[in-house]
Amino acid sequence: MDILQIVGLGLAVTFLVLVLKEKSPVFAVVVTLFAAAMIFIMLVDQIRLVLDMLQKMAESAHLNGVYVATILKIIGIAYVAEFGAQIAREAGQGSLAGKIELAGKVAILVLAVPILTSIVETVMNIMPQMGGG
Amino acid sequence: MSLDVNTIFQIAGIGIIVAMIQTVLKQMGKDDWAQWVTLIGFVVILYMAATMIDDLFEKIKSVFLSM
Repeated sequence: MDILQIVGLGLAVTFLVLVLKEKSPVFAVVVTLFAAAMIFIMLVDQIRLVLDMLQKMAESAHLNGVYVATILKIIGIAYVAEFGAQIAREAGQGSLAGKIELAGKVAILVLAVPILTSIVETVMNIMPQMGGG
Repeated sequence: MSLDVNTIFQIAGIGIIVAMIQTVLKQMGKDDWAQWVTLIGFVVILYMAATMIDDLFEKIKSVFLSM
């Protein structure tokens, strides 16, 4: 990944889409989609580096691996849902974009359920001791 | 990487050419043919984009579901 490459690609695609939009809007949307996917692919390797660092830190802190994996999954869902929603919104389908975002939120909530449960269990374990003591 | 950039220009080129063909065919009074040309061009482009999206999702899967 090179930032200059990505910015140049973005600008080139912007002007291509400007030219293409009056001729055939559908093709313009597909070109946008393609460019977005490509920029994302260029970024994925960098994201992998950051996540590896995060994973190493979690390991050195003796954190439960399940929690880190859940957080990574949630971040991935957020990225993918945002990607899809932005493409849909760009194509003029605002309501569909809203549904995609809703789906992402629900998926994140479902993934977070085990963590929430463990928090509640921990609190419930602490509570009787406080009441009894 | 450079191959992928070429694909973007390919897609844009196909779009422009299809639009031109459509205009010419409409001038000739063959509206149904123009419709078909647009449809086939769109399918070809959509196939290319779908390949790219598949690649992207595979990469995201390999990064975020690696643990």
